[in-house]
Amino acid sequence: MPEPLLSTSQLCAWYGDFQALFDLDLMINEGEIVAIIGANGAGKTTLMHSIAGLSINKPHQVIYRGRQIGALRADQVAFEGIALVPEGRQLFASLTVEENLVIGAQTGRKGDWQLPTVYQLFPILQERRTTPATELSGGQQQMVAIGRALMANPDLILLDEISLGLAPVIIKTIYAALPGIVEGGMSAMIVEQDISKALAVSSRFYCLQEGRVALEGQSQTVQRDAISRAYFGVQK
Amino acid sequence: MIWINALLQGILLGGLYALFAAGLSLIFGVMRLVNIAHGDLIVLAAYLGLSTTIVLGLHPLLAMIIVIPLMALLGYILQRGILNQTLGDDLLPPLLVTFGLSVIIQNALLEGYSADPQKMNVGALETASLSLGSLSLGVLPLLTFAIAVAVIGSLHWMFYHTALGRAFRAVSDNQDIAQLMGLNKRHVFGIAMALSLAITGIAGILLGVRTNFDPSIGGARLIFGFEAVIIGGLGNLWGTLAGGVILGVAQTIGAQINPGWQLLAGHLAFLIVLAVRPRGLFPRMTG
Repeated sequence: MPEPLLSTSQLCAWYGDFQALFDLDLMINEGEIVAIIGANGAGKTTLMHSIAGLSINKPHQVIYRGRQIGALRADQVAFEGIALVPEGRQLFASLTVEENLVIGAQTGRKGDWQLPTVYQLFPILQERRTTPATELSGGQQQMVAIGRALMANPDLILLDEISLGLAPVIIKTIYAALPGIVEGGMSAMIVEQDISKALAVSSRFYCLQEGRVALEGQSQTVQRDAISRAYFGVQK
Repeated sequence: MIWINALLQGILLGGLYALFAAGLSLIFGVMRLVNIAHGDLIVLAAYLGLSTTIVLGLHPLLAMIIVIPLMALLGYILQRGILNQTLGDDLLPPLLVTFGLSVIIQNALLEGYSADPQKMNVGALETASLSLGSLSLGVLPLLTFAIAVAVIGSLHWMFYHTALGRAFRAVSDNQDIAQLMGLNKRHVFGIAMALSLAITGIAGILLGVRTNFDPSIGGARLIFGFEAVIIGGLGNLWGTLAGGVILGVAQTIGAQINPGWQLLAGHLAFLIVLAVRPRGLFPRMTG
């Protein structure tokens, strides 16, 4: 079996004084889409932050391409080739749409994702390129957030709740763009509240419950009631 | 005619105040740090200029070539070495640390240069003036104002048209997310402080050729800088220039009415703006 692109081992993380992750072990292979599902407070966002370097852990707790990156800062992790699309978009309000995209390329990593390719993926952004980013609609802002992460030409993209607060038709558009994003070999870790959406686009999944992996498996073959039990923590 | 004269002199004086304020405004905008030592750093720059002119025999304005990079270097080291450690959710630690820094700088200057007032001599430039009908404008104040406009114009351009400015705005908006873009905020803050103190270098030298200075005058320069920033509106660089001009005009008009009223009139103008427009005359523009 090839070495995974990224793995966590015994990852413990805190959200303030509250321990959010307990000895979490998971991994993602190159070119794979993995879904992270779980109820509110299960530790999904904390997991994303730990990988991206927004919360600092022990070095060996996150391994990326054989390197220990658990203790790196977010800006150092970005140079390694991991990009996070944060929950709630978090665009830079003082920057225009285009500036938000351009700053995504700050690391200078080379690749196919540049302004023209992002505009090709989301043509509406080109029309609105000089608008302050936070004046866009929620769906368009989400497109900017995804485009901004792509501009870094990451090897691993972390998508945190990209459908949160968006209209179903917009969610559909954004998810329709996903295959085009990963066809170049990019790996993706998707945090999603909508379980059927998450399972439909991923090959494997982890279901978190109170900071631990309650269930993991193949997205296509998993039984729905097994997920319900892992999700809500109810025993039959 | 004396009123028009006072008005013009006030506008030109405002250029100097805008230079005091620009560095303050920059670092407040980028990292929400209120630098209490800013005035003393201006005085420090004036003394550095003085030493440069004495040791190297340079013209004070040429001493900027030495003083500006020195101050910028000091700013970067200060930020990376001390001030970054004080930044966080709490506004108090940076206030206290820069207050301490202010005390240290004042006493070090007192120790090194004594309390005697000093001045940098720029020779004929000091008294040179241009006549406009019955008005005459000093060349030095005109030069100061022109430098202020140039500095603020370049800062503004840098903010909105360069990668560095983009990084400043991004870090100012959201430090965590800016880190995700690969920006090391500690380094960005270091650059911002270096830029702030580089401007302080210019301001210090222009102060030192205009008036006498001694180690104790930093506090008042800090107040003038603050007042200019607040009058103009936080985060707006051209507003800062306007704020400096309003403060300068209020002071010279006040002095025209009664020489004792110069400072009072400036503070009154500030208080009136604060009462009527608490966010300043030109609060931060978007875009």
